[in-house]
Amino acid sequence: MTLPLSYVIRNLAARRLTTALTASGMALVVYVFATVLMLAAGLERTLVATGSDDNVVVIRKGAQTEVQSGVDRRQAAIVESLPGIATGGDGRRLVSKEPVVLISLPKRDSGKPSNVVIRGVTPEGFALRPQVRIVDGRLPRPGTAEVIAGRSVASGFRGAGRDETVRFATRDWTVVGVFDAGRTGFDSEIWGDGEQMLQAFRRQGFSSVIFKLADGARFDEMKAAIEADPRLTLEAKRETRFYADQSEALAKFITYLGTSISVIFSIGAIIGAMITMYASVAARTGEIGTLRALGFSRTAILAAFLVEALLLGLAGGIVGLAGASFMQAISISTMNFQTFAELAFSFALTPGIAAGSLGFALAMGFIGGFLPAARAARMKIVDALRAA
Amino acid sequence: MLVLRNLFRHKLRTILTALGIVVAIASFGILRTIVDAWYAGANASNSARLVTRSSVSLVFPLPLTYAQKIRQVDGVESVAAVNWFGGVYITERNFFPQFAIQAPAYLAMYPELLLDDAERKAFDTDRKGALAGRKLAEQYGWKIGDTIPLRGTIFPGTWTFTLRGIYDGADKTVDQSTFFFHWDYLNETVKQSFPRRGDQAGLFVVRIRDPGQAASVSQAVDATFANSLAETLTETEKAFQLSFVAMTEAILVAIQAVSYVVILIIMAVMANTMAMTARERYGEYATLKALGFSSLFVAGLIAAESMGLALAAAAFGIAVTFPLANAFGDAMGSLFPVFYVSQETVALQVGAALVVGLVAAAVPAWNAARVKIVDGLRAVA
Repeated sequence: MTLPLSYVIRNLAARRLTTALTASGMALVVYVFATVLMLAAGLERTLVATGSDDNVVVIRKGAQTEVQSGVDRRQAAIVESLPGIATGGDGRRLVSKEPVVLISLPKRDSGKPSNVVIRGVTPEGFALRPQVRIVDGRLPRPGTAEVIAGRSVASGFRGAGRDETVRFATRDWTVVGVFDAGRTGFDSEIWGDGEQMLQAFRRQGFSSVIFKLADGARFDEMKAAIEADPRLTLEAKRETRFYADQSEALAKFITYLGTSISVIFSIGAIIGAMITMYASVAARTGEIGTLRALGFSRTAILAAFLVEALLLGLAGGIVGLAGASFMQAISISTMNFQTFAELAFSFALTPGIAAGSLGFALAMGFIGGFLPAARAARMKIVDALRAA
Repeated sequence: MLVLRNLFRHKLRTILTALGIVVAIASFGILRTIVDAWYAGANASNSARLVTRSSVSLVFPLPLTYAQKIRQVDGVESVAAVNWFGGVYITERNFFPQFAIQAPAYLAMYPELLLDDAERKAFDTDRKGALAGRKLAEQYGWKIGDTIPLRGTIFPGTWTFTLRGIYDGADKTVDQSTFFFHWDYLNETVKQSFPRRGDQAGLFVVRIRDPGQAASVSQAVDATFANSLAETLTETEKAFQLSFVAMTEAILVAIQAVSYVVILIIMAVMANTMAMTARERYGEYATLKALGFSSLFVAGLIAAESMGLALAAAAFGIAVTFPLANAFGDAMGSLFPVFYVSQETVALQVGAALVVGLVAAAVPAWNAARVKIVDGLRAVA
C-alpha cells in the first residue's frame, strides 16, 4: 500500500515559504548548470555550422588558424590546379584564395577594442558558402575599397554598420552591405575584395585556400596529394573539422568551469534540501507514527518522503530550466582564445541539456532527501506516537 | 548564552547550514580569485613602461628600424623588441606564453624578474639559450641545460632551445610561467627561410624616464609614425594588458555573476533554516514577550543567532579558501600564472557573510517581533 501523491503535495504546500526557498536554491543551481552547458553548446553549434563538409581548407603546415597561416601565390596556384575540385555553373573551379587578417575595432557599446577578422574573398568565395546572404545593401564592387560586414560585426562594432566606414591599412573602407551567414562564424567577419586587401595590407601571399570537392568521398586522396607534394608546405582539413577544432579550447574551458561550479553549488542546494526534509520529518513524527499504526509499511513512508524531496528537486529544476531557456534570446560576443578573434554566439538549449539539467535537479533532491526519508522510515511506531 | 543554546538545539540542522555556508564562502573566494587572476597581468604592470604596436592589430608587425626612432623621442629611456612566438611544446595542451626578447634591454626594464648573475651570463652568451619562470620549469620538470623543442605555429619549423636560466618573481604578482628566448635568434632564422619577414618586431616595450609623461610620450611616438605604412598605437603597459582582459570580458562577467549566485543560493538555504527555526519557536517567543521582554529583544535574539552562525561558518570558509586556492592554482598550472587570494577577496567574503546573516534573519525576526502573545502561545509548529 503506498501513500497517495496528494498527501505529498499537500505537505509541500503546507510550508510554502520553506518549500519555495529550498526549491529556489536548487533552481539557481540548475540555472547556472544549464546556461553554462548551453553556452558551450552554442559555441560548438556556431563553429560547426560554419564549415561545410565538402569544402576543404588548406593552410600552412603547423598553423592552427588562417591568421597564422601563409600560402604564397605559387603554392596557391598548385593547389588550384589539382584534379578533383568541383566546378561552378560557369565552368570555373570553385577555389577561393583568401587573405585573412585581424584588425582591432572599438565595440559599439563600450568603445573597447577587440579583434575582428577581415577576409578577402573572390566571387568563388561566395559560391563556396551558400549560407551567406546579403540582408541589407549590396555586394562590394570588385577593385574598390568597399566591404560588407557580418550581422554580428555590423551591430557590435563602431563603423561597421551599413554606410559607415571602417579605417584600417591607412584607408577608409565603406561598408556597403550587411550579410547574414545563418548564425555561423562568418557573422563575426568583414569581407572585402581579396586583391584589394592584399595591396592594402602589403601582403605577397594569401592566408588560406578553400575549395569544394567534386566528390566528397575523395577527401583523403586530395589531402594525401597536397601533403605529399614537396613544393607545398601545406596541410588540408575538411572545413567542418577545421572550425570544430577552433571551438575546442573555449568550449572545453566553459564546460569544465561550469560543471565544477555547478557541482560545488549543488552541495549548497543539497544541504538546503536536507535541512528542509529533516525538518519536515521532525515536524510530522506523530503523523508518521499514526500512518505506520494504520498499516502503511516502512517502504511506503520512505517512498513518500523521497517523492517529496524529488518533487522539490523537480520544481527547482523546472524553474531553473525555464529561466535558462530565456537566455536563448541573448547573444554573446567574446574573444576565442584559439583564433584571437571576436566571435558571436548564442546560448543553445538542446534536448540533451534539458534532460541533463532535470536529471541533475532530481539527483539533488534524491541525495538531499534520502537520509531524512530513511530516518522517517526507521522510526518505531511507539516512539513516534509518543513524540506527538 | 541563550543564543548559543538555541544554536545547538538542532545540532544537525546547524551543522548542515554551517557546512553550506563554508562551501559557499569558499567557492565565492575561489571565483573572485579566478577573476583577479585574469587581471594579474594588468596589476603587475609598471607605469614607466609603454607598449608600442601596430595600430591595425597585434598580428601586424612593425619594422625593426622603429626602435631607433622611438629611442630618439624625448623622455624615452630604452626600447626592446618583443615577438609572441606561439609555439607548441609537444602537444597543443601544453600552453604557456613564449616571447622572443631583445634580452639585455628587456630584462633591464623588468627588474621584477629575478635571475642570478651566472644564469644571466649563460643566457646572454648562448644564442639559442632560453629562460623559464620557476612555476613553468617545475610544471614540466625542466632543469638548467635541458633542451626544449617548440613547434612553431606562426614561425614554421621545430625550434630547439637550451634552458639557461630559471627566473623568480620579486613578489607573488609576477607571472612565473613565461618562456623567453633571444629575439636575434628568431630574426636570423626567419630571415633565412622568409627574407620578407625578417627585421620585424611584434611590438616594442618602451621604458620612459617619468611615468607622469606617459601620455605625452605615447602621443609623440605615434606622431612619429603617423601616415607611414605601419602606423603605431602606443599605450601604457596597463592599458595594453587591460585590452586583453576586455576581449574576454563576457566570460569574466559570467564568472563574476556566478560568484554572486552562490551567495544567493546560500542565502536561500540560510533563510530557510532561520524561517524554520523561528516558526518552531513562536510559542517561546510569545512566552518571552509575556514575561515582559520587548519585541526588539526577540528580534535581536533571532538576528544574533543568524549572524553568529553565518560569521562562524564564514570564518571557517575563509580559512579553507587559502589551501583550496593553492591546490587550484597548482592544478591550473600555466593557465593562471598568478593565483593568490587577495585581501579584497577576504573582505568581500566577510561582507557576503554579514549580508547573508542579516537577510536570513530579516523576515523571521520581523514576524517574531510582531507575533501577538496570544497567537504565539496558541501556535503549533
